[in-house]
Amino acid sequence: MSTASTIVYNYLRSKKKFPHVWCPGCGIGIVMGALLRSMADLEIDKNNVVMVSGIGCTGRMPVYCDFNTLHTTHGRAIAFATGVKIAKPNMKVIAVVGDGDGLAIGGNHFIHAARRNIDITTILVNNRIYGMTGGQYSPTTPWQKIGSTAPHGNVEHPFDICDLAKGSGATYFARGTVYHATQLQVLIKAALQKKGFSVVECISNCHTLYGRLNREGSAVKMIQWMKENAINAKVAEKKSPEEIEGKILTGELWNIERPEYTEQYERLIERLGGKPPAEEKPEEKEEAVTQ
Amino acid sequence: MAEDNIKLMQGNEACAYGALAAGVTFFGGYPITPSTEIAEILSREMPKNGGRFIQMEDEIASMAAIIGASVAGAKSMTATSGPGFSLMQENLGYAYMTEVPCVVVDVQRGGPSTGLPTKVAQADTMQAKWGTHGDFFPIVLAASTIEDTYHMTIKAFNLAEKYRTPVTLLLDEVLGHMREKIRIPDSSEVEIVNRIKPTVPPEWYQHFELTATHVSPMANYGEGYRFHMTGLTHDPSGFPTAKPAEIKEKLDKLKSKIMQNADDICAYSEEFLDDAHIVVIAYGITARAAQQAVRIARQRRFKVGLFQPITIWPFPEKRLRKILENADLAIVAELNQGQLIHEVRKIAKTKTRVVGTFRYDGELMTPMQIVDKIKEAHR
Amino acid sequence: MKKQNKKENDARFEVRLSGSGGQGLIFAGVLLSEAVGVYGGKNVTQTQSYGPEARGGASRSDVVISEGTIYYPKAMELDLLMALTQEACDKYYADLKEDGILIVDSTYVRLVPTDRAYCLEFTRAARRVAGTPVVTNVVALGALSAITGIVDINNLEKVVLGRAPRGTEDKNKAALHEGYRMGQELLKQREAEKAVT
Repeated sequence: MSTASTIVYNYLRSKKKFPHVWCPGCGIGIVMGALLRSMADLEIDKNNVVMVSGIGCTGRMPVYCDFNTLHTTHGRAIAFATGVKIAKPNMKVIAVVGDGDGLAIGGNHFIHAARRNIDITTILVNNRIYGMTGGQYSPTTPWQKIGSTAPHGNVEHPFDICDLAKGSGATYFARGTVYHATQLQVLIKAALQKKGFSVVECISNCHTLYGRLNREGSAVKMIQWMKENAINAKVAEKKSPEEIEGKILTGELWNIERPEYTEQYERLIERLGGKPPAEEKPEEKEEAVTQ
Repeated sequence: MAEDNIKLMQGNEACAYGALAAGVTFFGGYPITPSTEIAEILSREMPKNGGRFIQMEDEIASMAAIIGASVAGAKSMTATSGPGFSLMQENLGYAYMTEVPCVVVDVQRGGPSTGLPTKVAQADTMQAKWGTHGDFFPIVLAASTIEDTYHMTIKAFNLAEKYRTPVTLLLDEVLGHMREKIRIPDSSEVEIVNRIKPTVPPEWYQHFELTATHVSPMANYGEGYRFHMTGLTHDPSGFPTAKPAEIKEKLDKLKSKIMQNADDICAYSEEFLDDAHIVVIAYGITARAAQQAVRIARQRRFKVGLFQPITIWPFPEKRLRKILENADLAIVAELNQGQLIHEVRKIAKTKTRVVGTFRYDGELMTPMQIVDKIKEAHR
Repeated sequence: MKKQNKKENDARFEVRLSGSGGQGLIFAGVLLSEAVGVYGGKNVTQTQSYGPEARGGASRSDVVISEGTIYYPKAMELDLLMALTQEACDKYYADLKEDGILIVDSTYVRLVPTDRAYCLEFTRAARRVAGTPVVTNVVALGALSAITGIVDINNLEKVVLGRAPRGTEDKNKAALHEGYRMGQELLKQREAEKAVT
């Protein structure tokens, strides 16, 4: 079991990259903490981890984390991650995306990665709004809620991310909130251990924009709301539909087995008698000298 | 009797086999005419050699995946045509910014938009130069024969690795689909260049280290270096910066890397230029009509020569400027409404008249169109 | 230098194989190119028309053959036009040089624009020797070899056997030699006629 200080020392670019860009009270830091603690629990070699993100508040997470980090273009994290994973199937590849980044501009990559069941762990931070650009409504903004581009109330309906992931072929889906940080850590840990496309939706707060526009109060108040409205899926099973109306179902909601993409492709290579190209060759060193 | 290494090949086949000879280990692409044969052949051949092929959900994802794979150590490429090339532009810009070696093959067809999927054009010349936003300095090659296509695909990989940059290879519908004889060289005859690897320990490593050649050594993911890459403007260590001096330094590096090495990068071919008053300038498939045309015109006693840029970007302007010193007339032949002609106009002195002859109806330019232009403009 | 240039131009021999989409003309172009280029040691380029044209309308495949370097890859003035349909014959006859060779499949081409044309029933011959019109293109190639001599029949046979779908080798071989025989016979007949006049 790692202590907080060893996690900070081992997994954060603690000397270089702080203070971070997130607003005081933002839930993204709690998600990052839960992710790093679950990595420490699993004792994953950080040289073997690639963390990929897109653009947005959540997209800034990799800059603080001491892994191989790839901060890509808006919406494309999972597509870049697909290339990384196929080129180095033995590396642990994590995509960190937001709700706008991952489901609007990046929605196509999300469903196709799920369909392929490629072994990427996707941490989807859902704060229900585009934070970095100033509070525009996103594919998870609830009906009638206010965004800076939905000033009269949102006339669109949000995605159910769990149904989307399931329907597309993901083999693991869990949901947690930033209030339930310990549970989030457990869920992310399970997702990291899953061989296949796994998704953890992390309900987070954007009190700066979403909270203010929708009069939901401070960070504390929004997180308090999560405490009061989250209900574990196992507990919810025993309740009537009226009792769980409007609640957030948390916990592991989907966990199945299905052949994983890179394993299937490695098998194909084997079947065709192909040898994976040798990784680091000593000739390359010579090349470096002659140039 | 046929030698084993003499084959009849399509341009797209030659491109695919050239990529295999260059050591491609990752291909991510999306089907589009007239480039599809490249993906089809690589999907069949790559896994046999331990390489990995994936058909992505679109061209945006294809470009993203080849960048991701390259950072993880693969020699990666994609192949597309105009509409797909347009979709790739944002992520192609990411690769220029983060200095990721990769190869993009654009088998050109008529445009704009869906245009002419099965007909020829050379109208992506300027898109290859200016396609993504911001200042950047691309390397773009244009092949004109099947043999060229094979060797220039290898060259594209080598330049990408040597200069840590995306390289675009422009082919076109006619070249992609036509067949010609080609001699496949033995692997011992093929020069392969690999990216320069860091020699410093990880704690000293800077992913965008400033060097005399402006090319930074490159570690791959999984080798213990744990560097950061971002499309945000960054300092030599790779982390975002907002400092004016560092921003300028980064953009200067991107420019210098290509422009200060232009002599090494630029390639061109020349014919009959010694006594030429008239210089025909043509590239890609049109260079072949021009080769025929200058021969016909020479028989008719025109003092005409041919300059064929092989790297169209950076444009071999130093050499052409020298050639045009002795020329009264430059004729630029292209399958578009006049793109590279602007580059020639920029460098021609007032003494040299620059005229264009263009074709953009989906058909190949004939040698006689160029000969007629020589006759007409010469008067 | 000039002499050499002249030679380069004169050395070009331009062939167009034309008919309608589905008659295997592109495939025939590939067979001819491989036989002439890879086995015959000459330079060769083969181009074709794609698109809706290739799916039912007039379809074509051009083959340029030369001892020297081939610069322009497409046909400019045809030395040889092979037309398997009336439509193709009408459409492309104008591209044939004055002294160019015209070979037509008289199964379908009834109106022949010149009395110098070589008229042979390729489709009927294909049905006769192989029981299927699918090998009409190969019959035509055999005749082309006999009439023009630009491609060695043995080289064509190697290529046809190498590229024919598995299980159809015998039919294709029979078709090729039937075409060759028909071509030779027609040549003999022509020579006999010449001797008479």
